[in-house]
Amino acid sequence: MTTASSADHPTRRDFLFVATGAAAAVGGAAALWPFISQMNPDASTIAAGAPIEVDLSPVAEGQDIKVFWRGKPIYISHRTKKQIDEARAVNVASLPDPQTDEARVKSGHEQWLVVIGICTHLGCIPIAHEGSYDGFFCPCHGSQYDSSGRIRQGPAPANLPVPPYQFVSDTKIQIG
Amino acid sequence: MSGPSDYQPSNPALQWIERRLPIFGLMHSSFVAYPTPRNLNYWWTFGAILSFMLGMQILTGVILAMHYTPHADLAFKSVELIVRDVNYGWLLRNMHAVGASMFFVAVYVHMFRGLYYGSYKEPREVLWILGVIIYLLMMATGFMGYVLPWGQMSFWGATVITNLFSAIPYVGESVVTLLWGGYSVGNPTLNRFFSLHYLLPFLIAGVVVLHVWALHVAGQNNPDGVEPKTEKDTVPFTPHATIKDMFGVACFMLLYAWFIFYMPNYLGDADNYIPANPGVTPPHIVPEWYYLPFYAILRSIPNKLAGVIAMFGAIIILCFLPWLDAAKTKSSKYRPLAKQFFWIFVVVCILLGYLGAQPPEGIYVVAGRVLTVCYFAYFLIVLPLLSRIEKPRPVPNSISDAVLAKTGSRSTPMVSTAIMLALAGSLFAGSIDSAKASEGSDTPPGNKWSFSGPFGKFDRGALQRGLKVYKEVCSSCHGLSYIAFRNLAEAGGPGYSVAQAAAFASEYKVKDGPNDAGDMFERAGRPADYFPSPFPNEQAARAANGGAAPPDLSLITKARSYKRGFPWFIIDFFSQYQEQGPDYVAAVLQGYEDKAPEGVTIPEGSYFNKYFPGHAIKMPKPLSDGQVTFDDGSPATVAQYAKDVTTFLMWTAEPHMEARKRLGFQVFVFLILFAGLMYFTKKKVWASSH
Repeated sequence: MTTASSADHPTRRDFLFVATGAAAAVGGAAALWPFISQMNPDASTIAAGAPIEVDLSPVAEGQDIKVFWRGKPIYISHRTKKQIDEARAVNVASLPDPQTDEARVKSGHEQWLVVIGICTHLGCIPIAHEGSYDGFFCPCHGSQYDSSGRIRQGPAPANLPVPPYQFVSDTKIQIG
Repeated sequence: MSGPSDYQPSNPALQWIERRLPIFGLMHSSFVAYPTPRNLNYWWTFGAILSFMLGMQILTGVILAMHYTPHADLAFKSVELIVRDVNYGWLLRNMHAVGASMFFVAVYVHMFRGLYYGSYKEPREVLWILGVIIYLLMMATGFMGYVLPWGQMSFWGATVITNLFSAIPYVGESVVTLLWGGYSVGNPTLNRFFSLHYLLPFLIAGVVVLHVWALHVAGQNNPDGVEPKTEKDTVPFTPHATIKDMFGVACFMLLYAWFIFYMPNYLGDADNYIPANPGVTPPHIVPEWYYLPFYAILRSIPNKLAGVIAMFGAIIILCFLPWLDAAKTKSSKYRPLAKQFFWIFVVVCILLGYLGAQPPEGIYVVAGRVLTVCYFAYFLIVLPLLSRIEKPRPVPNSISDAVLAKTGSRSTPMVSTAIMLALAGSLFAGSIDSAKASEGSDTPPGNKWSFSGPFGKFDRGALQRGLKVYKEVCSSCHGLSYIAFRNLAEAGGPGYSVAQAAAFASEYKVKDGPNDAGDMFERAGRPADYFPSPFPNEQAARAANGGAAPPDLSLITKARSYKRGFPWFIIDFFSQYQEQGPDYVAAVLQGYEDKAPEGVTIPEGSYFNKYFPGHAIKMPKPLSDGQVTFDDGSPATVAQYAKDVTTFLMWTAEPHMEARKRLGFQVFVFLILFAGLMYFTKKKVWASSH
């Protein structure tokens, strides 16, 4: 009797099995979503990542300041004429990560260099005004960046990234 | 049952593993080939439901621990921010908090099933005792978990339960200090409870493995209580029991989802939405519903030590059940007298649960004592006596005989329905504890709220007007510290744009700092800021308000409740009525009377309010007609203000309510379809074995 009944309606039985299994799979996948989504930044973290404004007027020529945005240190360098000239004199083609200095600063505000101060090697914080290129030096694994924040020597593969920012006025920038 | 496995994997990789660690063979013999009695009814699916719930609690618990902060100053806020800010935090928190209740619902069904069908009898004594150990671990885990949100009930529940140990002669006080890690319940207590609450579920899982192991050695009991003799008495676990259990789980998930999405606070206590305050005790300290029968036993004994012993004894006595009941017939199906006494015992347990939620006074005390005696008498007198005097009906020769005899007569659903109703009843009885006493005050009138019901939505206009009332009136004394300005621009809120929320924020002055000079300073509010409190601290708030600190309003509609009474709480479950809080808040705002009625005196410096417990409220009448102007032409009346501001406060208490109800509807549609598919698949699978 067993074989007879299942042989009579093989499609109906198979359909039920497949439909139930499919429903379980869809339900399981949908149920997984909240459990994964909760790991993403929560609303307060996202709100805390809003743009910040930085007043540049107290930063003297040759001085660097460090501000934090989204948990990352942002170096703001008030570069000297010498530093700017050094950065612009380099043959771009010879750099590991070729990029002109003009592309890394805002035109009309060449004296201000704004970079995310995180070594592109393994995430350490380089020290400003150190190293052989008048720029940044990462003490962890010896990466050297020039006065434009470009990688010149050492294991780091890329230049220090420039965060999104804009000049709100001549002495004020908004990061983010 | 548990002989050497005949599992022969065909895959060479599996064969390689099998020779070295026969884990797949173990799984196969335990959950695939395992012979399961073919006459099991749906009460047996609760084992699978319990496994599901344990897994669910561990999974959601591990995730909540990623967002929770176990510190006395931060715990309450971290739970509230999980619900507000974390992606799906409200869902995970509801799943865990409601999951605890569902876990206990399932375990009580499982235990009563074992009691009814004699599942504790030879050769399953060890299996039963392991079950009692699991139950004790569950109680400890549930209790410690309840403490973690650090609300008023958490704090005072912890105080009361740890104080039980002070009843121990000579060393009691020292033991309690040891448990607290301090001179009272405090941060060290919270830290260790968090640590243990995370640990114990894994111990439970370990004992569950032993429980299942013992089950598979002795074999499952069954409704007829006769052991399987031949092949014909059993069916293979997979697919038969697997599909049936999965169908049971799917049905149980419907109940679970009902609470998660539509009644998340129904089983909890409103007082736990008030942050822990070591200086004020709630009028009635009650445990969660699942401990109420034992709490009632504790309070029935007029001696501290004896009460504690009786309470623990009420659980420990279960361990001795296999020897207290010496009857040869296992299933109460064939024991006419035992069956009756079993039902009486179920009623006794439910009534004890009801009494546990009542104030310990008057008739409740007497009833509690009588029922406590009944509880113990069942184990110590009735069961031993019955096994001597009762003449059981003849049991069938074998399971297959019983199955064949049953075909055609469908009488069992009656019993099943009765058990279900009884359990549902106990669930509702437990919920009374959330119905707080409102001694001597009028019951607030019910209102029509746009947000009530399964498809309820906030009225945007009311939210915006309510925000205005809050800002112009309430905010001079009350904070709203769990709501950020950015929340105003979120979906489900007052419908502000991001720019509007930013503009609203910038009207506020927020204290910030220290700056580079090390000084604090004031700046304009930003969307990420939380609504500032009007007072720098609680002491300043008290000093400015005649000694009474104005409560933070962002949880007030969830933290206030009043007695609903019988039979309303049953109707509440089906109608999803959860609006006691809003009704109460709206009523108090309108309940002021200029002069106390004849014969009523209220203390100096307080005002008469007919809905406030005790009638004497410290807050002067906050609203009067024409106080706030509305741009949309709504009447400028106290009634309108009260309704609008209450709607707004409901939103501040639960900003994701609309998302909850929307997702709930989708989940329900899915679960009903899924349960239907499971049912027909189950029928197909079982059709071939009848």
